[in-house]
Amino acid sequence: METLERVRITVRVNGKLYTHEVEPRLLLVHYIRDYLGLTGTHIGCDTSNCGACTVILNGRAVKSCTLYAFMADGGEILTIEGLEKDGKLHPIQEAFWENHALQCGFCTPGMIMTLYDFLQRNPKPNEEEVRRAIEGNLCRCTGYQNIVKAALWAAERMRGGGGGR
Amino acid sequence: MSIIYKARPTQHLGKPVKRKEDPKLITGRGLYVDDIKLPGMLYAAFLRSPYAHAKIKSIDVSKALRIPGVVAAYTGKDFRGKIGPIPTGWLLTGADLKVPEWPAVAYDKVRFAGEIVAVVVASDPYRARDALDAIEVDYEPLQAVVNVEDAIKPGAPQLHEGVPNNIAFRWRLKGGEDFEDISKKADKVIKQRMVNQRLIPSAMEPRGAVAEYNRYTGELTLWVTSQNPHVHRLLLSGILGIPENKLRVIAPDVGGGFGSKIPVYPLEAIVARLAMDLGRPVKYVETRRENFLGTIHGRDHVEYVEAAIKNDGTVLGLRVRTLANMGAYLSTAAPGVPTILFGTMLSGPYKIRSVDVEVTGVFTNTTPVDAYRGAGRPEATYILERVMDLVARELNMDPADVRRKNLIPEAPYTVVTGLTYDSGKYLEVFERALKIADYEGWRKRQIEARKEGRLIGIGIASYIEVCGLAPSRIARATGFGLGLWESAIVRVHPSGKVTVYTGTSPHGQGEDVAFAQIVAEELGVSTEDVEVIHGDTALVQFGMGTYGSRTTPVGGGAIALAARRVREKARKIAAALLEAREEDVVFEAGRFYVKGAPEKAVTIQQVALAAYTAEKLPPGVEPGLEATVFYDPENFTFPYGTHVCVVEIDRETGGVKILRYVAVDDAGIIVNPMLAEGQVIGGALQGIAQALYEEAIYDSSGNLLTAGFNDYMIPTAREAPKIESYFYETPSPHNPLGVKGIGETSTIASTPAVVNAVLDALAHLGVRHIDMPLLPSKIYKVLKEKEVG
Ligand code: FES
Ligand code: FES
Repeated sequence: METLERVRITVRVNGKLYTHEVEPRLLLVHYIRDYLGLTGTHIGCDTSNCGACTVILNGRAVKSCTLYAFMADGGEILTIEGLEKDGKLHPIQEAFWENHALQCGFCTPGMIMTLYDFLQRNPKPNEEEVRRAIEGNLCRCTGYQNIVKAALWAAERMRGGGGGR
Repeated sequence: MSIIYKARPTQHLGKPVKRKEDPKLITGRGLYVDDIKLPGMLYAAFLRSPYAHAKIKSIDVSKALRIPGVVAAYTGKDFRGKIGPIPTGWLLTGADLKVPEWPAVAYDKVRFAGEIVAVVVASDPYRARDALDAIEVDYEPLQAVVNVEDAIKPGAPQLHEGVPNNIAFRWRLKGGEDFEDISKKADKVIKQRMVNQRLIPSAMEPRGAVAEYNRYTGELTLWVTSQNPHVHRLLLSGILGIPENKLRVIAPDVGGGFGSKIPVYPLEAIVARLAMDLGRPVKYVETRRENFLGTIHGRDHVEYVEAAIKNDGTVLGLRVRTLANMGAYLSTAAPGVPTILFGTMLSGPYKIRSVDVEVTGVFTNTTPVDAYRGAGRPEATYILERVMDLVARELNMDPADVRRKNLIPEAPYTVVTGLTYDSGKYLEVFERALKIADYEGWRKRQIEARKEGRLIGIGIASYIEVCGLAPSRIARATGFGLGLWESAIVRVHPSGKVTVYTGTSPHGQGEDVAFAQIVAEELGVSTEDVEVIHGDTALVQFGMGTYGSRTTPVGGGAIALAARRVREKARKIAAALLEAREEDVVFEAGRFYVKGAPEKAVTIQQVALAAYTAEKLPPGVEPGLEATVFYDPENFTFPYGTHVCVVEIDRETGGVKILRYVAVDDAGIIVNPMLAEGQVIGGALQGIAQALYEEAIYDSSGNLLTAGFNDYMIPTAREAPKIESYFYETPSPHNPLGVKGIGETSTIASTPAVVNAVLDALAHLGVRHIDMPLLPSKIYKVLKEKEVG
């Protein structure tokens, strides 16, 4: 097999601009993890089922194991590492900590990124809507109950409410 | 979350303190095995057999070697003599156990689909995968057998030389009166065949390993997805022939285990060997499909159950014949799971007078099984709780009344299988659970609903669990390869801050904060001042790891004892500082003072500094302030409880909806109710998933049809019901903290609670039993039959 041709891509990730030459077949998740060293984006499956690899691409949550890196060319990506602002946790992150919404933490970054997108589009969700929103993110540890609780807690915080248990 | 009965007041225990590991995990700063990248690192990929049973006639790796970036390629023969066979660590006393050779890489024959047959190493993971396609293997397919009942039939395909009829072992336990005798005293003997289907643990993080070898010092460092790094070190040192002191095993952040990260697998040994041979670091992380094929599965029993009963609902005795599918080889702890951890639990929380159980372990052409969350105890509890409901059906009694008749009122109590339960108010907790769940109310609503044609069912499961897996003496007597004690160091620094080194290896349970609470309780420091170190054999003295709900009872017990030893030394130093006699010094909330004079006190922090400045130490007291403890409890702990589940079945689809789920558990003293509740909720969903959704399915030639999340139905947030969790505390007398363990309880209880609820909803239609998982299609079929019939 000959060396595969490479394509040049430029992406803005967590506010920083990167340019790389990559193989066309390189998956976005591997680009993020291996080229950029942002290992908070996890790989839990090879079937686009688990959502551990979810990042925000051009404003929408995507499973980065399902896209090639070149498909993100010219785009803007937000990963879990880019969520904190000025050293302060994002309300969703805080909500996860506050409500014991994680155990092993492996599904957590993907879960948080999915909710980040969802809560922008639906700032006042009910429980059913939250459950539907994270249906594509599998968690084997928590039984989801506290994740749902955290999502509602975060939604309230983000709307300017007091949050709270 | 609520503690409905609290055993005793405590300062730090029983508080929902937030977790210490969360900040790194919620910001993406965790470090899992796949996150490790070392200079010059190579990537391994494994070629896995597509056949469940085949002879390997030849393997040609030459084309793979020609792919740019490929550094090496190996077949099984290359590893013979360089990697010892994968060992079995529980050599089951008195069961005529056969342990066939399990080569890390198959060299003459494959025995399950997914077995590794060749290995390639390349400079980049994509190249390594490319190279797999270029390997040519000539197989001679053999007939496969996947089902235990078929595998023991005469003429069945044979997996291993010297293992006739594929029987790995026969294990028998007879306790109490003879079953035949007691049957004569019974009014009836009811019988049922039931299947406890095969499950796939499915931790979200796949397994993997990174190895780095320094040929000048001879040190090998191995990062592994492990629940028990010291056990991995010990076994790998044997497999690889490396002295233990030259082998460092690190379990960094681990993304869930549920038992699947206890055993030693071929992959760790292979990666280690490659790093040694190639002189460069090597990484391998399995894909999800490989995880489903190559990581252990759980459960997989066929049970033939007989219960001798009286017309008043008393269950006199149980006879159980179990065929346990072991898969193609015996994984690390596999022989003990369907035997010791299953058979001894068969009288559960009930006063059963006779238990006769025989387990036949059977080899089949399937992935090896081992300990999956609950390990043996869910299988036992499922039988018992199904039996209680079958008795109720048979005698037309309320299932709650059958349990009332049979429950042990309270502990201590010695059951016929030989175990002595530690502490508990079994009947009281049972009644409380029924009351909280409004059992009587639901029974009334059920009758109303039936009039409208709605199918509502109420299921109960009472359970007891042997856990806090510990006493070495008992473990060894059953053939377990190691002791089951736990170690701890509590080190108070000159600043008064504390570091704890524990031999347990939590991987999501949040013990960092739980252990900090224990130290805070014992030493009167704040939980923020305690740091917990685990998971690295170079940092931690030794330890057995986290599984079997042993971490808090055994690991936490060791920490409490070490902290107490530190306190006793600190008291001596405090006495010197206060110029008082040691007997007169009182310790309270982190301060030492002379009895009756609390205003003049020295804090534990001042004592710590004095211990290191070492100028005023009393005679015979060494400088420094720390203690090491190796703690081997005298007995197991026995958490128990009752779960109640209410379901409604959709007549149109056969789908099951959980309307209410109440868990009342006695896990002894609760260290951190937030964490405990988290274990209950997560564990309950895993058990519910067995009842309703999950099953590993093989076709007759041994292909795993459920080899990914597309086909293997682990529940999503939409299937997950609300779990209401309550705790009742009776301290266990078997450890210094009075804790019992909570990691597996609700996985054990929830499966039968849900199955009983579903079958209760169908009982009036004459349905007696349906095997799990209770998928809509199965229920729909039954409903159609009953409507037609
Ligand atoms: S890793 Fe992308 S969905 Fe599982
Ligand atoms: S916290 Fe472990 S998978 Fe979600």
